[in-house]
Order: sequence, then structure tokens, then C-alpha cells
Amino acid sequence: MKGGMMAAPFIHLAGVRKIYRRGRQEQLAISDATFDVMPGELVSLVGPSGCGKSTLLKILAGLHAHDGGEVQLGSPEHPFDPSRDIGMVFQAPLLLKWRRILENVLLPAEILGLPAAASRERARDLLALVGLAGQEDKYPYELSGGMQQRAAIARALVHDPKLVLMDEPFGALDALTREKMNLELLRIWKESGKTIVFVTHGISEAVFLGTRVVVLTAGPARMADNFEINLPRPRTLDLKTQEVFGEYTRRIYKLLGME
Amino acid sequence: MNNDKIGRFALAVVAHLALLLAWYLFVKLGNVPKFVMPSPGATLDALLQPNYDWWTNITVTGTEIFAGYFLALVIGVALALIFSWSRALEAFFMPLLVSLNMIPKVALGPLIIVWFKYGVFPNSLMAFSICVFPILLTTARGLREVEPELLDLVKSLKGSRWQLFTKIQLPGALPYIFSGMKVAAILAVAGAIVGEFLGSDKGLGYLMLQVQVTLDTPAMFMAVILITLIGVLLYGMVLLLERLLVVKDARVE
Repeated sequence: MKGGMMAAPFIHLAGVRKIYRRGRQEQLAISDATFDVMPGELVSLVGPSGCGKSTLLKILAGLHAHDGGEVQLGSPEHPFDPSRDIGMVFQAPLLLKWRRILENVLLPAEILGLPAAASRERARDLLALVGLAGQEDKYPYELSGGMQQRAAIARALVHDPKLVLMDEPFGALDALTREKMNLELLRIWKESGKTIVFVTHGISEAVFLGTRVVVLTAGPARMADNFEINLPRPRTLDLKTQEVFGEYTRRIYKLLGME
Repeated sequence: MNNDKIGRFALAVVAHLALLLAWYLFVKLGNVPKFVMPSPGATLDALLQPNYDWWTNITVTGTEIFAGYFLALVIGVALALIFSWSRALEAFFMPLLVSLNMIPKVALGPLIIVWFKYGVFPNSLMAFSICVFPILLTTARGLREVEPELLDLVKSLKGSRWQLFTKIQLPGALPYIFSGMKVAAILAVAGAIVGEFLGSDKGLGYLMLQVQVTLDTPAMFMAVILITLIGVLLYGMVLLLERLLVVKDARVE
């Protein structure tokens, strides 16, 4: 993932603007978002609520149009198909209550009309990958919040998308489960090799997970910084107690005007 | 867990039997005249009166209730579906239907008789008119309640409107449809009976008016019990269907 200056980025954003219009009022949601994401990177978008993180994610997902600038997805080596290369994970697991876990994971494959038998096989493998082997036939209500979120991650991977967009996926979990899910996500990311854009307002979470952190500030919404995180991998919770880790988080706190 | 269920069921049975016993003792010990309140036994005896033609009356009332209810289910769900497809139609018709819903349906009875004479059909219409709204309103609400993020998920995969409908909207609305169906099941019975009171020549409601004249209270009691049982049968069928189709956690109480 450290391909240097030669390799083409998978995501290229340059001067992206987004304006929300409600009647005659205009509100600038994003001004000048500029950053690149290399294939296989896990980029954290961090900032206070209302700073346009989710909006940026929706632009990447092709759900919102942008009002200015350049959004480019895919590269010659990694072509991007907007209809099937996006996986999404939200703050709530949003599993369908009436479907068993396996059927929930299969939803994107069904929508895309992928071959059923192969998809089932893949869904089973993914459930094993996220640590839910043996839970395939349960209903969502039979699983804890953390386990439901694991299933939601498997669902985001089932159609083998090149890009996974995560919008505060662990924001609703308790602190301990959240730390555990951070470690799990790093493992899943490593094994699946996906490019991930991870939106969070947790500063230490952003540093702990990211190969790179993009900091956004609110009011007016703008991009404050974008830097690489050079911390050893595999990352362990022990890392959080170290001085280098603290330097990164301090840098973000400063950018957000909290120091 | 299972023991708890059995315990609750046993208690429910005991409560019903206790009511029967209280009824019996009240009549027996209070020396209540039969034309005021018959004993359970005397009520049961009313079934033996062949000239009351119980079976015909049961089938007539049952037909009215089930036909009106089924019609309301089909039309209520169909309208809700149409409204969920077209915002313009919904914006035009929904307020109108809400206003029409304010009409006390019982007040329509005499009109229905003028238009359709009396019999099974107008009484079914009565049952229909009283129970179509709860089904329509709850179904429409259920179809609307889609998490916006699920919508995003489907859109990000370029899923079709039809896929959104069959995979997310409709199964998601099912619990709401059933909650409307349960309310409607109780209303349908009331509608059919009111129809029979207003004008009919058959049915349990009609029979009640006939025996009222001769002060045959046991037969009136029996008729009320039979009407209730038809309602219980309908309600039970809805519950059973809900149990088969809706996952436990998704049911709306």
C-alpha cells in the first residue's frame, strides 16, 4: 500500500465542494476536500459531527452529487464499477429482522443477481472471517450489537467490492466492544485486502486504524489536514500507550481546536 | 421459559372457567330470573331450539364477517401499495380518505340498505367499511417506514425500485399489516352485527332482535356467545398467520 508516487491512487479527490440547498438558503457542507487514497489503504476521516464526513462518504458511494471539484474512483490497474464495487457499513447494523444472518449477508448478492450457490459459499466464509461461524441460521435479535455489526461487515463484503465505506460503524458499541472490533477490523482488512474509508469522530480510533488520517473541521466545513500514520503493524492495543501514538492524537486535537 | 408459557396458558384457562363458575353461582345463589340472566346450562339449552335455525344464522353472520374482512384486507393493502408507489396519488387521496374515515360507519347503515336492500352483501359492506381503514393506514405506514440508510445501501448497489419493494419494503411492512389486521378483525364483527340490527332477515344479530320480543334471554346470550366465537376464530386465524409469516422480534404489539 505504500506504492510511492508511481502507483495511481484508487480514490482521487481534488477541490470537492458540496452545497446543501434548502429553499433559498445555502449551506456549505464541504469546501475543498482534496486527498488521494491508494489501493488497499484504510483511511480514517475524522472530525466533529456535522463536519461533512458522512456527506463525503455519500459522494464516494455515488448517492450524492458534488457541486465542484473532481471525484475519481478506480485506477487503470484497479478499475472501479460503481454499481458493484461499493460495500457500506453504517452506525446501526441495519440487518433485516425477518432474515436469518446468512440471508442478511446475502442481500447485496441478491440485488446484484450474483450466482446463488457461489454467493452462499462466500457468505459462509465471510461469516467465519468476521467470527460468526455457526451463527448463520440465527435471527438478528438473537445476536448482540457487536455481533450484528460483524454480520453487517460480512454483508458489505459479500459481493467482493473494491471499496468499503464505513460510517461510524462502532459508534453505537460500548467502549470495550469497540476496542475489540477495532482489532477485528484490522484483521479483516488485512485478510480481505480491501480499500476502506472509515468515518469516525473517535480520534484515537482514527489513528489506531488508519494508514492515513484526513481531518475535517466544522463550521465552515473544511479539510484541515491529511497525513500518513507511520505506526508499526500489526497494531496492538499496547500501541495506544506509546508516545508516538499520543503525538498523532495531539496533532488532531490541535487541528480541531481542542488543545 | 417453556414452563412459564404453560403456566400462563393454564392461568388463562382457569380465569375463563372461574368466570363461568361465577356466572353460574351468581344466577343460582341470587335466584336471578331466567329472563334477566339465564344460567350457563339454560344458555346452552337454547341451542336445542330447532326453530332458531342456529346453523344457518351462524353461517350467514360468519359469511358477512369473513367476506367483509377479506374484501377490506385486499382493498386496504392494495390502496396502500398504490399510495406507496405514487406520491401524487397519495397526496390527493389520503387526506380525502382520512376525512371519509371520520364518518361514523354505523350512520351509513340506513343508506346502505337503501342502495343494496338487506342481506348478506350490504352487511358485508358494513363490515368492510368499518375495517378497511385500519388496514389501509397501518399498511401505508409500514411501507413508509424504511430506514433511509437501507435505502442508501440498495441505491449504492443500483438496486431497482422493485427490488427495494420486494426485499425490504413489503417484508418490513408485514408486521404493520398484521397489527392493522388484528384491530380490523374485532371491528369486522361489530360491523356485520350492526348491519344485521339495522336490516336483515337472517343472521345471529337478526335472531337477537327476534328473540328479544319474546324475552328469550337464553337465546340472546347464546347468540352473543356465538358471535364472539366467530370473532375469536377470525382473530385466531390472523394470529396464526402472523406467527407463520412474521419473525418474533419484528411483530408489532
